Amino acid sequence: MMLELSTRDQALLDGRHGPANRMAMQIIVRMAELSGADRLMDITGAHVDSSLYMGEATLEFAERLAEMGGRVRVPTSLNVSGVDENGWRDWPVPPDWAEKALRQMIAYERMGCVPTWTCAPYQTNMRPRFGQQIAWGESNAIVFANSVIGARTERYPDLMDICAALTGRVPAVGLHLDQNRSGQLLVRLVDIPQGLQEDDTFYPVLGYLMGRLAGEQIPVVEGLQVRPTEDQLKALGAAAASSGAVALFHLVGITPEAPTVAAAFKSRKPRRILDITIADLQSAWRELSTAEGEELDLIVLGSPHFSLAEFQQLAPLLKGKHRHPEVQFLITSSRVMAALAEKAGLLQAVRDFGGRLTLDTCILTTPMLPPDIRVLMTNSAKYAYYSPGLLNTQVVFGSLEDCVHSAMAGRVVREAALWQP
Amino acid sequence: MATVIRGKPVIAGECAGWALVSHEPLSFWGGYHQATGEIIDRRHPLSGEIAAGRILALPHARGSSTTTAVLLEAVRSGAAPLALITTGIDHFLALASVVADEMYGKPIPLVAIRPDELGELKSGDWIELSRTGALRIVSNVPRGGG
Repeated sequence: MMLELSTRDQALLDGRHGPANRMAMQIIVRMAELSGADRLMDITGAHVDSSLYMGEATLEFAERLAEMGGRVRVPTSLNVSGVDENGWRDWPVPPDWAEKALRQMIAYERMGCVPTWTCAPYQTNMRPRFGQQIAWGESNAIVFANSVIGARTERYPDLMDICAALTGRVPAVGLHLDQNRSGQLLVRLVDIPQGLQEDDTFYPVLGYLMGRLAGEQIPVVEGLQVRPTEDQLKALGAAAASSGAVALFHLVGITPEAPTVAAAFKSRKPRRILDITIADLQSAWRELSTAEGEELDLIVLGSPHFSLAEFQQLAPLLKGKHRHPEVQFLITSSRVMAALAEKAGLLQAVRDFGGRLTLDTCILTTPMLPPDIRVLMTNSAKYAYYSPGLLNTQVVFGSLEDCVHSAMAGRVVREAALWQP
Repeated sequence: MATVIRGKPVIAGECAGWALVSHEPLSFWGGYHQATGEIIDRRHPLSGEIAAGRILALPHARGSSTTTAVLLEAVRSGAAPLALITTGIDHFLALASVVADEMYGKPIPLVAIRPDELGELKSGDWIELSRTGALRIVSNVPRGGG
């Protein structure tokens, strides 16, 4: 299949719109050829993860594009940065890391990206619309935009997302196209107690299991008897996008492209049908924790970034209480959500509890944790999934209440009745 | 004892090296150490293995979109795999190779094979990869200090 370029595409590629666009279009075209696309298409919004400082290469890439005069053509939000711009000094972040991470942030701002610095851009005013063609990076944002909103994006890798934002063009393939958005795998929930479905921990665990089962396929989940909140769907997607490569899921009767099972599959047959029982979920719940024992150094919440609703949920649990002096309590969130939470009086409860807030980034993307942090506890499947590898720590997965009780006790306390066989 | 698999050259290149093979997808972010090439996903079967300089065969990348950035950093620090073999075209890994070519002139050869063909590869095989995507696999080669 030959890739046909428009007149403008060719002009970008020829360098007639500057060297940054030439480099960006070169990358888009090579990827289009690899994908078997017959043409490129426009996008009208982008979310860029390339702004995350990972080392010299990502900084060089960013500064080269910025130096060459690159300017994004569409409204473009930015994912987490490599450093909390205003708060990094409160933690042992190496200054030379901070300096380079800040340079990379500046390079993307120079290119006209909006400094949202969050992995939950769908909870900001840059949230896309149903059907909107966008180029989003960040695995959890991709799956949320596609599944919960019904916007259309491929799984854009770092380094390609900014190229799409600069040129406004992407290969016309994959989840941008109607016919590729149908479900492939039917996942049936069998005899899952409604009480469990109403619990917040159900969603990260189901997501973790769904990601493992689905791989790159599009799962359709049937049998959910409750209506999840946005934050529960956020947790579900983030987990599935971590343990697997899920870019789109459908929940029958809940997500916008799945009013019925038939609609979710566009009347095609599922490639596979899997039944999920309570035993499967209990096994997944156990896998999310790697620590044994009660030792605990840090409780961390907010992957994806804590929302206003989550601050509202947390505040009453903290009121009048204080963390144990030997454990830390940290929430990672965005500037926007923190500002809203502050205005609503919700951050005072966190401070009075002895909790701390990190913005713009998270524990996985900035080297902020001191080496004596060996065991973490979290209600985030994404934090649970990545911490052992990235941070060389052990992790305990629990509910929000478990996390608060453990923070007060100074050791792991879990009410695991819902999850025990 | 050599077998030949005719793969599809997604990013063409020529090299020869020791294989590191898994049937479990891997996120390079949180899974591959960009300075040493160690597989650091502690739940992954290849955890602890060093993939730098070896031909890494796996179904596909999973998880984070930052896989690309990690692989690019690994190319820059000399800790990238020698080549990559996947079942189907993995866009994350291919993009890292495209950008590594654009930035440093160092594309990572990437070959796509069928899932059943992945089943024919084992860690410790010696693989010769040609620009056509053909893989010549020699099994059970004694590694004297390799």
